[in-house]
Amino acid sequence: MKVKVINRSEEACTRTRSQDVLKVHRNLDPALHPFEKAKEYTRALNAAKLDRLFARPFLAAFPHTDGITCLARSPARLNCLLSGTADGEVRLWDVAARRCLRRLVGHAGAVTGVAVAPSGDVAVSAGADGTARLWRVPFAPFAGGPVERDASPVLQWTARGGLRGVDHHWARSQFATAGVGVCVWDHARSDPVHAFEWGADTVASVRFNPAEPDLLASVGGDRSVALYDLRSATPLRKLVMQTKSNALAWNPMEAFHFTLASDDCNLYTYDMRRLDVARCVHQDFVSAVMDVDYSPTGREFVAGGYDRSLRIFAKHGGHSREVYTTKRQQRVFAVRFSGDGTYVFSGSDDMNVRVWKAQASQQLGVTLPRERQKAAYGAALIERHKHLPEVRRVVGNRRTPTAIYKATKTRRAVMDAERRKLKNRIAHSKPGSVVVKPARRRKIVEELE
Amino acid sequence: MTDAVDAAAPARANKSRKRSDGPKTGVAKYRRGEEVSTKTVKDKKLKGQLLYTERVFKDAQKAAARVDDWLLPAAAGGLEAEGMEQTWRFHQEDIVQARLCPYALATTRAGRYLALGGHRGHLALMDRLQSRVLCEVQVKESVHDVSVLHSEAFFAAAQRKYVYIYDKRGIEVHCLKAHTNVWRLDFLPHHFLLTSVGASGVLTWQDTSTGQIVASAKTRAGPCRVLTHDPSTGVSTLGHGRGTVSLWTPTSPVPAARLLCHHGPVLAAAHAPRGAGAGPLLVTTGADRAVKVWDMRMMRALHAYNAPAPAAALDISQRGALAVGWGRRVQVWLEALRDKAAAPYLNHTLPHAGLRDLVFCPYDDVLAAGHGGGVSALLVPGAGEPNYDSLVADPFQRRKAAREAEVAFLLDKLQPGMIVLDPDSIGGLAREPKEVQKERAEAAAAANAAALAAQRAKADAKTPMKGKNKPTRKRRKKQQNVIDDKAPAMRARMAEQGVLGGGHARKESEPIPESVPRALHRFVVRK
Repeated sequence: MKVKVINRSEEACTRTRSQDVLKVHRNLDPALHPFEKAKEYTRALNAAKLDRLFARPFLAAFPHTDGITCLARSPARLNCLLSGTADGEVRLWDVAARRCLRRLVGHAGAVTGVAVAPSGDVAVSAGADGTARLWRVPFAPFAGGPVERDASPVLQWTARGGLRGVDHHWARSQFATAGVGVCVWDHARSDPVHAFEWGADTVASVRFNPAEPDLLASVGGDRSVALYDLRSATPLRKLVMQTKSNALAWNPMEAFHFTLASDDCNLYTYDMRRLDVARCVHQDFVSAVMDVDYSPTGREFVAGGYDRSLRIFAKHGGHSREVYTTKRQQRVFAVRFSGDGTYVFSGSDDMNVRVWKAQASQQLGVTLPRERQKAAYGAALIERHKHLPEVRRVVGNRRTPTAIYKATKTRRAVMDAERRKLKNRIAHSKPGSVVVKPARRRKIVEELE
Repeated sequence: MTDAVDAAAPARANKSRKRSDGPKTGVAKYRRGEEVSTKTVKDKKLKGQLLYTERVFKDAQKAAARVDDWLLPAAAGGLEAEGMEQTWRFHQEDIVQARLCPYALATTRAGRYLALGGHRGHLALMDRLQSRVLCEVQVKESVHDVSVLHSEAFFAAAQRKYVYIYDKRGIEVHCLKAHTNVWRLDFLPHHFLLTSVGASGVLTWQDTSTGQIVASAKTRAGPCRVLTHDPSTGVSTLGHGRGTVSLWTPTSPVPAARLLCHHGPVLAAAHAPRGAGAGPLLVTTGADRAVKVWDMRMMRALHAYNAPAPAAALDISQRGALAVGWGRRVQVWLEALRDKAAAPYLNHTLPHAGLRDLVFCPYDDVLAAGHGGGVSALLVPGAGEPNYDSLVADPFQRRKAAREAEVAFLLDKLQPGMIVLDPDSIGGLAREPKEVQKERAEAAAAANAAALAAQRAKADAKTPMKGKNKPTRKRRKKQQNVIDDKAPAMRARMAEQGVLGGGHARKESEPIPESVPRALHRFVVRK
């Protein structure tokens, strides 16, 4: 006779000495883990709730003395942020220490654009007074405490008419200004290297393509988007839409895609090679979109609107994944992603630059591996169960100010009515007689070569 | 109490002639020697002193007797023979058994702690590994069943009228008055639900984390003594006096399923844990002495065993060992569920009759049997799961880990609505059967037709003069009345050509010959 009975000793199963780490035994037999689907669903719901519970995106506000008109981040340093205001001042911020390093004084009118050179040492600002100025951008000192000081420009260029925007080239010592036409300037020359004009009385914004060194795009007051090549004297292509666009941003990873912030509450992503149809229409704003900027990962972008909110969209997301508002935030005129894609900056009419987390509920600071694992598990659970009504209700819940909420409702009612009317028209017309333009083509007026 | 009164009886008989206001018992015990007679004493002073001394002695005796009465309440024991009995025939087992009685048992999820509930009110919680009793309570009323809640920190006992919850120190923390006359208790650990059923036949689910009564279902099948649950679905199973077994979920007032298992009352039931590939199985025993194995997917008996006597207790271990007990006998069957086994795995005779409960201790090869003489632990090699999962149930869990596990279990607590017959359907798509879809579509179509008919009837019921006075109609009438000189001539011409008044329609034509088939009528040329 042989007898074998379960016989465990506590020391062998837990620890032999009191300094040892307690042993964890795992047995993944499904019989020991019943209700796995129900448990996973419960965990997903809890993860969704916790995600909303910890969604506290607002981090800091940097005060100015007038409304913010433009923002720029340094491509070389993570903590460096420049903000230009309507009273002609540019401030250089040390974001990590939440302090102002320099007040760059010199512009007579509003600062309309600011951009940092690729080295991160100098910045260019453009003003409504028709000048572009070059400033030195110092490092933030290691020592804490207030270090605010005034600084004057190093160089100055005078353009024809007021300027509306500026963008620095990502490799060369050149920058482009928008105003009466598009001008490209060199640090070493007092006159523009190139000057382009194509119909538009004013050009609102100009951006260099992040991959092609000679390519740049602009949006103008004649509702147009124009592409220019520095190697040829004339502009390349032009797209005219029904409403004017306020800003433009290139996708840094897929550099042939750019997104327009349009006055009709929507954003449009286009492929440079196919301007007859938008790749995606991003909606959710209830008023004009004022500025747009891509994350360095190229997977999402942030946009700020005249409806006092900023929204974060996936690059192909028709609706925003996140909306940020505060009680005191006014019209948002400038937005930027931080260089590591973790933060979002917004400059608004209420004289504040605000710093937000790009992931509203992300835990900042150093995290333990277990914490990271837990966060990843929660995210995976939400992703898997996001279509279930209870989870969807929690995940999609965003409290917006009354004005936005009501405007959204009104817009939805109008759009529903339009859709219904179109459906009725199709139903009561001769088949094929009603031609429906998809939303991606609807706003395009013409494409010029 | 009665013993104390009996012990006092002879003392009272001795002093029946004494004053009635003094202490009634035991004065004689404190008397030291006879009273000194003062009759012969002449000296008055001496006589007075003696009388005084005697009075002091008597008072002291009375005071001592009063102490005896009130401050020494313990009474001596005794054996009393009744009728034909002789005390010298009594065995020690009989003497011990007089205090003990059938025990109900319950274990924690990790199997380390065992809760005992003696029918005469003895409640205890013991640590099985250390053979240590954590607490013992005598509740002085009958205890029908016990159940351990989510951890050994709390256990519930179904007492004479209500269900009580005790903590591990034996302190009563809750009296659940929503459960009355309960005979069986059960705990669903993943849902934190305490279920009870009893004399009234009402099955009640109570959430032990929030205290809410989740649901309460009237079984309408009389008093119920069998309650268990399927560990993989959480569905509660009741066995009734008429041989039926019913499955209950808290969301429905009627049973999810009901099956007739036995001729006569069902005595015990147990669900087999779902191993790899094994479907849901239920084992029932009845007063008809049958032990039947049921496939719960087909709702059909797989096979049946016959016990020599109605089996009162039943349990299935983690690895599928089936323990059946009746009287003094306990049998364990291995590999006996899916296929019918020829012989039992183990046989055991208990030292006492009156088997009440059989419980396999999880993660161990121990079968605990509660019977009339107390609790016996039997070793059943191969019954328990040898490898435990520390995150599910850990027999060696320390205090800190236990605290964390409690929080984790509470976060993973399942809602009562998730108790369904098929637990894998949760989180899936609720797809309606085709018949239901068809019915729904038909109902929608019927409703549309009815609405249309109603609208038409409403339109027909409108006043017939409505619209007669419309401006367009007025104008048309006015125009009709205008006499145009061309119009009569035109009408005449039209009548001539047969355009007006169906001229050619009225024209008689030759009848179609009978020989032409009906399908070819339209090709016949008429003159």
